[in-house]
Amino acid sequence: MKKAGVKKVNEFPTPFTVTNAVTKGNIITKISLLIMGLGNIAHKQIAKGIMFLAIEVAYIWFMVSSGIYNLSMLPSLGWREQEKVWNEKKSIYEYTAGDQSSLILLYGVATLYLTFMFIIVWREAVKSSYKSEVLAKQGKHLNSFKEDIKSLFDQNLHKLLLAAPLMGILIFTVLPLLYNISMAFTNYSKVNEHLVLFDWVGLANFKKILNFGDSIGKQFYSVLGWTLIWAIFATALNYIFGMILAIIINRKETKAKGFWRFCFVLSIAVPQFVSLLIMRSMLQQTGIVNTLLLKYGIIDTALPFFTDATWARVTVIVINLWVGIPYTILQVTGILQNIPAELYEAAKIDGANAVQTFFKITLPYMLFVMTPYLITQFTGNINNFNVIYLLSGGNPTPVDATAGKTDLLVTWLYKLTVDKNYYNLGAVIGIMTFIVLAIVALVTYRNTASYKDEEGFM
Amino acid sequence: MSKTVTSGAKVRKTIVNVLVHILLAVLAFIWVLPIFWVVLTSFRAEKGSYVTTFFPKTYTFDNYIRLFTDTSILNFPRMFMNTFIIAIFTCIISTIFVLSVAYCMSRMRFKMRKPFMNIAMILGLFPSFMSMIAVYYILKALNLADGAMIRVALIIVFSAGTGTGFYVAKGFFDTIPKSLDEAAIIDGATRWQVFTKITVPLSKPIIVYTILTSFMSPWIDFIFGKVICRADAQYYTVSIGLWKMLEKEYIDSWYTCFAAGAVVVSIPIAILFLFTQKFYVEGMSGAVKG
Repeated sequence: MKKAGVKKVNEFPTPFTVTNAVTKGNIITKISLLIMGLGNIAHKQIAKGIMFLAIEVAYIWFMVSSGIYNLSMLPSLGWREQEKVWNEKKSIYEYTAGDQSSLILLYGVATLYLTFMFIIVWREAVKSSYKSEVLAKQGKHLNSFKEDIKSLFDQNLHKLLLAAPLMGILIFTVLPLLYNISMAFTNYSKVNEHLVLFDWVGLANFKKILNFGDSIGKQFYSVLGWTLIWAIFATALNYIFGMILAIIINRKETKAKGFWRFCFVLSIAVPQFVSLLIMRSMLQQTGIVNTLLLKYGIIDTALPFFTDATWARVTVIVINLWVGIPYTILQVTGILQNIPAELYEAAKIDGANAVQTFFKITLPYMLFVMTPYLITQFTGNINNFNVIYLLSGGNPTPVDATAGKTDLLVTWLYKLTVDKNYYNLGAVIGIMTFIVLAIVALVTYRNTASYKDEEGFM
Repeated sequence: MSKTVTSGAKVRKTIVNVLVHILLAVLAFIWVLPIFWVVLTSFRAEKGSYVTTFFPKTYTFDNYIRLFTDTSILNFPRMFMNTFIIAIFTCIISTIFVLSVAYCMSRMRFKMRKPFMNIAMILGLFPSFMSMIAVYYILKALNLADGAMIRVALIIVFSAGTGTGFYVAKGFFDTIPKSLDEAAIIDGATRWQVFTKITVPLSKPIIVYTILTSFMSPWIDFIFGKVICRADAQYYTVSIGLWKMLEKEYIDSWYTCFAAGAVVVSIPIAILFLFTQKFYVEGMSGAVKG
């Protein structure tokens, strides 16, 4: 077993580093620090060298044409307001295009991001130049462009396969995230008309949210508490009931196993937003459930499924069982059948009853195999937007509050940004959600067998 | 004496069995009930969401006919086509992305592998739509947020970031014995050939699972759709349309059509799902052994 604190070993040692290039490289390699790809061109890797050079030219052109301006605007985020200007010639009022802080922020962050990417490419170029120099000096073979391309299908296959997915992630996941995180440090919100022009405010938003005395802060702690309670209940109950149901269905004596499984699995096959919207309409004050119960005299007044805080909380957890248990059944069924039969036989010979077998064999085995699954479920539940938003919509919401009694951090985030236009607070909530999840994941995930023993299967 | 014990145990067993089946029947009834109810509602002749009986008083097929012919306010056929086109492209792109990344993480060994896996996990911890406003601005800056380009924008939104969701597929690839790869490489196969000729054919369950989940994502998402389409009803996907039908101004005249629409959307997905259920389970648990 590996222990914590083992010295980090570099799995991929290489002499071709930037430091070596600077200290040991010859004059051409040193010039390639400024003119990317020169070293490659000098050693007849022309296509590769030109590609590096082209990237450099493109980057410099971009910086000169707009990048430098973008960066210069970033500290102030713009100050020019939109103004009415009298146009003599046309004799009308015209509006000057004022600054729009959100765009300035986006372009600024994007420029920084691009610069960071460029530095990575630059490092690669320097390493590549140095490598070609060393190999040429040693009289070793230098890859031609054709061979480089060929290697993309063999030992460098990962570069080919990862290129497109990585681009997608970098542009449409990482960049928006950085942009959004930076919003958390501004006053971009409806408050005091900061939707067009806004400024950096440092950690003020974080202080506001973490402050017990503030009304937003109070809501934050209550939403955070409910989010954790919800995630624990939703995960644990789904898992336990789902497993019990799967075991019952898989019993030797149970007839028509396929039919029962079909009944439960059918609810997965219906898109979640459809089934949840249906549930919501069924459970309204005037919905079919209340109507029928009233009609047959079982209750006197309509049940407050989504109007009373406690009722609403129980309702969403129960309906989430309806949504989640079939998934657990699907997951568990395969694994249950993998439990070695000898274990059960041995237990039977020793005279163990069903309950003992469950707690001594089935449960430990399942927990061992499914811990990663449970953690994903838990984090998934903290971020479970659909169930809450489509069912209760976070309601009931107290007057003068932005968060309802069943709002999770994510649904509150959505309301704050989309409905209320408090972009800065929304971003802070997002970061807070991340921190909560990161703590959960770090504590549990790193301790699971499948993370430590990744190569165990091979 | 031993006879009475066995017969007593037998009686007990029978009682347990009966109880188990009754329990299953009750639960199965609860699980099927909402689905059954929406099917009934889709054939109900009485309009509106307020009803006093579980079964409709009169049955009709009009809701389905209206759904596909009344295109004046909510153009369902167009929404359906929009979603279908978007789903096909999303499905192709994200399946390629997911399988590529999963293969690299499972089989290739390179310096950025561990960092990439850790970063992917960290990214997965942020609420997925936390940055939706930012995504919208970026799409706008790329001129993809208006007119016909909205479809492209939606395809990008549903597929561009899917590379981070490689964990399930990687887990599956990990169960394919490495000795197969090594044997092929000794025989002179390139990595690419190993990927396409050995790994992919052995991975049907996970491929079907990936195709299925990515095909479904445009049908079930409505948050990103709403943020990107805004008021441009021409490019709505079905989920936004169905959501609209339940809004205050539409619910009275469109409620039964909503049920019909829900059935129409669910049927293809349900069929796909039930056929591929086996692959789903195998894909999650890793079926190739030995």
